[in-house]
Amino acid sequence: MKKTILYSGNEAMGEAAIRAGLKFYAGYPITPQNELTAYMADQLPQRGGIFIQSESELAAINMIFGASAAGARVMTSSSSPGISLKQEGISYIAGAQLPAVIINVMRAGPGLGNIWPAQSDYFQATKGGGHGDYHLIVLAPASVQESFDLTRLAFELADRHRIAVMVLSDGLLGQMMEGLTFDEELAPPPAVEKPWALTGARDRKPHVVCSLFMKRPDVEKNNLILQKKYRRVVSREVRYAETFMDDATMAVVAYGSVARIAEAVVRRLRAKGKRVGLFRPVTLWPFPAKRLADLSRRVKKFLVVEMSYGQMVEDVRLSVEGRAAVSFYGRSGGGVPTESQIEREILKSLSAPLKRRGR
Amino acid sequence: MGKKYSRPQALTDVVTHYCPGCGHGILHRLVAEIIDELGIRGSAIAVAPVGCAVVAYDYWDIDCAEAAHGRALAVATGLKRVQPDKIVFTYQGDGDLAAIGTAETIHAANRGENLTVIFVNNAVYGMTGGQMAPTTLLSQKTATTPRGRQAATEGYPLKISEMLALLNGVVSVERTAVSSPKEVLNTRRAIKDAFMNQMERKGFSIVEVLSMCPTYWDKSPVDAARWIAEEMVKYFPLGKIK
Repeated sequence: MKKTILYSGNEAMGEAAIRAGLKFYAGYPITPQNELTAYMADQLPQRGGIFIQSESELAAINMIFGASAAGARVMTSSSSPGISLKQEGISYIAGAQLPAVIINVMRAGPGLGNIWPAQSDYFQATKGGGHGDYHLIVLAPASVQESFDLTRLAFELADRHRIAVMVLSDGLLGQMMEGLTFDEELAPPPAVEKPWALTGARDRKPHVVCSLFMKRPDVEKNNLILQKKYRRVVSREVRYAETFMDDATMAVVAYGSVARIAEAVVRRLRAKGKRVGLFRPVTLWPFPAKRLADLSRRVKKFLVVEMSYGQMVEDVRLSVEGRAAVSFYGRSGGGVPTESQIEREILKSLSAPLKRRGR
Repeated sequence: MGKKYSRPQALTDVVTHYCPGCGHGILHRLVAEIIDELGIRGSAIAVAPVGCAVVAYDYWDIDCAEAAHGRALAVATGLKRVQPDKIVFTYQGDGDLAAIGTAETIHAANRGENLTVIFVNNAVYGMTGGQMAPTTLLSQKTATTPRGRQAATEGYPLKISEMLALLNGVVSVERTAVSSPKEVLNTRRAIKDAFMNQMERKGFSIVEVLSMCPTYWDKSPVDAARWIAEEMVKYFPLGKIK
């Protein structure tokens, strides 16, 4: 039966994780994601899972390394400074090919910054973050409903590809409350065989979960396995949403909470007859580069809006490869782009002459 | 007359990378013997450290995770909590357990995680070339204390086992050595006790083992063993701490 409740984004991610069969959660207090850790402390133990408030972010990420190595569905959550601390463990999880879900409710940086929303961890989330050649799948919800739906998807993708999946929320999405609808009878994603798990070597050869390969060719071999996996993820898991893109001559590109604000502006300008559309990446890695490349053959102006000083805009530029003009508007440090600021930037872009480009 | 001495089943048939006179080989064998004796090869899961024992998984014929430096007890916590019927142990050196992993060590102990810890104290970082460890003795020369460790600048050797004994979550703390046949046998008994504590669900047990590093102590294997018996035990006395 479908049920609709009023929930915050943080609580929605917690509920989704439990309904996705989460077995083990470890987390450390940090604002603005504390509601999620508290939700887990309250709910998880009474619904068959294990909750630990760890002594540090490092311990949390390494606890989920261990629990995932045992074959369990695992999750940790934090906010930007805490996610920085987890990077060592995330790199090890990538190297050992462990499924894991990591929530980042982004706040402003650099350093301790403040507790207000930001999108300035895009580079860290999508380009690796820790040491070594690796990627996470990065999912960017834009509502409380999507915080729920994408967290569930994160568990499916983590198991499907033996990969860590980051749900990239922000302080605005995590804290705000909206109606959340889900099917109460919906079963968790089906369990996946984990023939590599550490369950005791009874009647079989031992398993080893590690990211260390002492012989030089073996690290390269492991990296090639990872690269093959990343190519598979790129070819199968790209997700995005388009609004008014069918006949748009100009597109706003935004993700997460900024896309929500931009959508209101785009709808208003459409009502006034402006041929503006919204392109919203849902997977930030793999980035919807191919779709943007296709769009750039007919859409000649893109405006990227972010709560950062220009991070995703680099991927948009790489995707359109000079076929379209890409402009940028961003605020970061707790400031949220307003509708009027975004409208001003759209109108500026619409009225700017298209530069003639040489071949 | 039957065969009295052979390779334990839980020990793989390979040559280790350890230096001549190193204590790790003895300890690996003791752990394997105990796993055989307790019949837990099918349920034991080891967590290897970063340090000389980083590839312990090549030497034990059991499931094994290789943890990031210092994080073995966090990894072990995750492994054990989701499968409490398995026998999970960490095998860690002094740098791993008592320097970079101090927080993980103290908090896993304080939570009373039902784990077994084998803590190999050889007073030096071996893998990286003989730098000062938290347990390096005063005046001991290392790559990073070329004139000997000084209390005024480097502090005193860390007695982490004594610190852990203060915690309510810890059921057993013992310090042993592998510097003589007598001490090896006592270490074997202590490690077995620590595994049995876990099997009986008693809680967190740690055995600190004083172990030789002839290479970075710049001593012969015989002199290295003697140095434990004559010098190390003065600061790190052997026996049951808790």
